[in-house]
Amino acid sequence: MSNSTEEGAILSWQSAPRRLMTVYLPLALFVFVLLFPFYWMTITTFKPNAELYDYKNFNPFWVVHPTLANINKLLFETAYPRWLMTTMLVAVCSTVLSIFASVLAAYAIQRLRFRGSNVVGLAIYIAYLVPPSILFIPLATMVFQLGLFDSPLALILTYPTFLIPFCTWLLIGYFKSIPYELEECALIDGASRLQILRRITLPLAVPGLISAGIFSFTLSWNEFIYALAFISSSEKKTVPVAILTELVQGDVYQWGSLMAGSLLGSLPVAIFYSFFVDYYVSSLTGAVKE
Amino acid sequence: MADTTTAAVPWNPKRAAPGALARLLDNKAFLVFLCLLPAVGLLLVFLTYPLGLGIWLAFTDTHIGRGGVFVGFENFESLWYDNVFWNAVFYTVFYTAVATVLKFGLGLWLALLLNENVPFKSLIRAIILMPWIVPTVLSAIAFWWMFDAQFSIISYVLVDVLGWRTSYIDFLGTPWHARWSLVFANVWRGIPFVAISLLAGLQTISPSLYEAALLDGASSWQRFRKITAPLLAPILSVVLTFSVLFTFTDFQLVYAITRGGPINSTHLMATLAFQRGIPGGQLGEGAAIAVSMIPFLILATLFSYFALSNRKWQQGGSDE
Repeated sequence: MSNSTEEGAILSWQSAPRRLMTVYLPLALFVFVLLFPFYWMTITTFKPNAELYDYKNFNPFWVVHPTLANINKLLFETAYPRWLMTTMLVAVCSTVLSIFASVLAAYAIQRLRFRGSNVVGLAIYIAYLVPPSILFIPLATMVFQLGLFDSPLALILTYPTFLIPFCTWLLIGYFKSIPYELEECALIDGASRLQILRRITLPLAVPGLISAGIFSFTLSWNEFIYALAFISSSEKKTVPVAILTELVQGDVYQWGSLMAGSLLGSLPVAIFYSFFVDYYVSSLTGAVKE
Repeated sequence: MADTTTAAVPWNPKRAAPGALARLLDNKAFLVFLCLLPAVGLLLVFLTYPLGLGIWLAFTDTHIGRGGVFVGFENFESLWYDNVFWNAVFYTVFYTAVATVLKFGLGLWLALLLNENVPFKSLIRAIILMPWIVPTVLSAIAFWWMFDAQFSIISYVLVDVLGWRTSYIDFLGTPWHARWSLVFANVWRGIPFVAISLLAGLQTISPSLYEAALLDGASSWQRFRKITAPLLAPILSVVLTFSVLFTFTDFQLVYAITRGGPINSTHLMATLAFQRGIPGGQLGEGAAIAVSMIPFLILATLFSYFALSNRKWQQGGSDE
């Protein structure tokens, strides 16, 4: 520890005031700008309408008479609980499906090492580069023909198209770090390939599985364009789509309830994220480095 | 067969002869096929096939609820004379270029700041990722509110607190204001991803290189130019490719804040494709707009490929 501080002292050779100006001040500005919209979202949620549109008599940066009216309205006068359940269902199902498919694919590519495994790996990487923006129109016609239009199943089946490539690449990286010798020992002991995957490789790849899982969950939770295009009835919408399309009515925007919706829609992922920050950062950076 | 309920028999030397299924599962070719089936199957059905179908749709006059016939390049021809389409192409390129430059400039700066020895580093790292975690549409709604013509908090600070301006800014009411406002929101959302990825790259650079440079009397700019920049280049190019790709095909931010307005000035190609394709019902024309994005995406992917192979060369081919 003392070593690293010493290093910093030598490396920066900067006096304290100069360091304040070149490091702490810009850093504080970054943090302020990056977090301000969330503060603004929160403060607006708790403002009564009288304060919301009156900057002359009330300081807009603070709330004088906090109210739960906006949250109350959202929870009990809209289908918000339904949207939340739908989003949860879609996110969990598509995550489970993607992890299942990705584990098998990554194991085959990284550990079974068949001829052409590199090509398959590259193809899956390229699949990650195909953005939903160019797929949603043909997918919409497919979803319609399959009779899945306006059904959560349409989302559960299409989300893996961007989850599987990401998870497979992440897991290939994790499998690479597991010593091959462990599997050879198990093979000698007479374990079958699937037993090796279940008893040796998977338990060792748990951090990778968690990273892939939380990443997939968040990506599914945040997905927008497919949910907008494939779902039409109000009660089956996912949270991001529903808040934008159901709460915005007419020309007068109810900013209080809109911000309450945004806040409550963001909280589940934010809480989820706070539990797994380290996995999150490692999967983000791991996937980029692979 | 020893029942598992009798705990007194922990070891059973008699091994059941492997059944037909078990033997099949030990056949490597079959196992590979089985393992790849779910992933490759899903991707082929819901990614490769729609990609082909999209290209086909671009050459038909399909509408919602009515199959189309092949019309050749008619969709592309009508787009060629469509000012709204060219406006969308212009804004997509502008949006991508400006946002990417800002995201990487500011993101690299933030990464360098975080790479210093600052207190609560992991906490700061955790909270600055927030913009990237939260659903884009929801933070976009927050920006929409912050860009409100009458009650914008940004205008309030500029006019009533600082007194730098005399009138409130109409952020989303005029084309250029709206364009820059969207770029700002995109940069805000993209900085964390760039910064955290580049920080990971920075942390792999050995401190001994900087110590050696210090002994040789290198200035901080020289240290950045001769050590940080070249060693960061491989990861930078990968992050750059992803960032360009996802900014170019962005949809949510624009759809949530302006829906392409005012007077179609902020349409991205993706939002225009959506507007013509789904609510407008002209699937063929929407697909043609979406397909027009593909050449740009291929360029970005090739860039990524050559950047990766460059990395191999830099590391003496040891990277597999």
